[in-house]
Amino acid sequence: MNLMGLFRSPQNELEKGGKEAEDAGIHSACPRCGVQLALSDLQENMNVCTACGYHFRVGPRERIAYIADEGSFQELDGDLLSRDLLDFPGYDQKLRNAKLASREKDAVVCGTALIMGQPCALFVMDPNFMMGSMGSVVGEKITRLFETATELGAPVLGFTVSGGARMQEGILSLMQMAKTSAAIRRHSAAGLFYLTVLTDPTLGGVTASFAMDGDIIMAEPGATIGFAGARVIEQTIRKKLPQGFQTAEFLLEHGFVDLIVPRAQQREQIGLLLKMHVPGNMIFDEWEAGPDERL
Amino acid sequence: MSAYDKILSARSKGRPTGTAYIEKIFDSFIELHGDRRFGDDPAVIGGLAFLDGIPVTVIAIEKGSDTKERVRRNFGMPNPEGYRKALRLMKQAEKFHRPVVCLVDTSGAYCGLGAEERGQGQAIAENLIELSSLRTPVVSILVGEGGSGGALALALADQVWILENAVYSVISPEGCASILWKDPKRVKDAAECLRLTAQDMQELGVVEHVIPEEDFDAAFAEIKTRLSEELPELIATPADELLHLRYQRFRKF
Repeated sequence: MNLMGLFRSPQNELEKGGKEAEDAGIHSACPRCGVQLALSDLQENMNVCTACGYHFRVGPRERIAYIADEGSFQELDGDLLSRDLLDFPGYDQKLRNAKLASREKDAVVCGTALIMGQPCALFVMDPNFMMGSMGSVVGEKITRLFETATELGAPVLGFTVSGGARMQEGILSLMQMAKTSAAIRRHSAAGLFYLTVLTDPTLGGVTASFAMDGDIIMAEPGATIGFAGARVIEQTIRKKLPQGFQTAEFLLEHGFVDLIVPRAQQREQIGLLLKMHVPGNMIFDEWEAGPDERL
Repeated sequence: MSAYDKILSARSKGRPTGTAYIEKIFDSFIELHGDRRFGDDPAVIGGLAFLDGIPVTVIAIEKGSDTKERVRRNFGMPNPEGYRKALRLMKQAEKFHRPVVCLVDTSGAYCGLGAEERGQGQAIAENLIELSSLRTPVVSILVGEGGSGGALALALADQVWILENAVYSVISPEGCASILWKDPKRVKDAAECLRLTAQDMQELGVVEHVIPEEDFDAAFAEIKTRLSEELPELIATPADELLHLRYQRFRKF
């Protein structure tokens, strides 16, 4: 074990516990309008700025609480842990820090839930775990979720937030794009519904695979969504990017997102969309009675 | 050779580009243009040819071999329309149950304004999902740089081969060094850590074959021989089984 690593000071915002923890007491400043928000007000407003509507990044448990019917969420594959498969320097330490910062085991939480009474399989990525980077565990959990959903005849709802592939897992993280895509295609070929909700930020290998594979693609207002990061593009073209480039609104305008839905309306909209895709499928009807017994 | 030397070799200007492979390995190549959506991306060459009398669809990323060509080919960094042209030709190959051979050599999908506006991420995502269920054989050969999603978009295949001094990586070592260590000078360390050489690919089960490259004529001959052995078998494999095997090939990661 790298003992030195345990006692060093935090080197970035994430290790300190994220930007929101800065003013850990009672207030948090809105990164967009700068207004000081009482944490209790912010939490009550689903972590959306009461002044300007900025959508703060939120972890998977909060998101599930916002959209799932109370007590309906059943986690799947919650025990999978990333390993340092390539002996990548510092990765073990990064994983430890990420677990502390997020209180999760990896960057995605998967399970089943009811939303407005509609059953679905669900994955929610975690911005507090290495900015939702996609390594083998993320790819495996999402693949298993699609395989399970295909077996059950269930729709999949996915919330994406990711800086892209997890480079500490090298080519194995790239292979997750192929693996998840293949599982999504099987789910789709079975006539089942996949709804993605792109949240801030959704980039790189996640955009270039399961984020863009939804039958319907929803996005949160103001979310940054793209393939290359803004800095890389600016370095490539040696120009400043225009205002609003790679926002959810920009993608909507260019035809890559179906609809933008503010957090407060997501539960209802998702519930409706799920209801519009209820398959006439025996397995699904059985499953409605109780997912826990079947899994 | 160190991992970094391999990267330099994979990027070196003297290295044969996609066009050379098409010329040396296939007969009667006829180039087909355009994605039928927006344009024709010169970074991606696609068309029809014979391999030992078997009609095949060939798709190659072309970096260009002199300065003027390199600029015209955008240094082998495809825009979304390049991936969409590739996909159009793959779907055409599926219709005629013709095998697809992809020759991959790119530092990555182009990171530009227009590429983002036209959905670079969506184009790659669509290729991945379509390739995972394409009902015709696909063989991809990494002949130089295999740059992340921009390479994978042409390499979700039944078999993936790589040239001895080619590389395949989730991120460039320069990008990795500057993001992880905020120090672009540590590019050699990053190259080692990323495990991106052909030998690493074989150890990690990412490729089926490593093609030796003492000299490129021998490499062309080796690829041709292997393709003429493997393609008939792949063509004879029932599509459902082919797709099952392709699923398992990537499921293991």
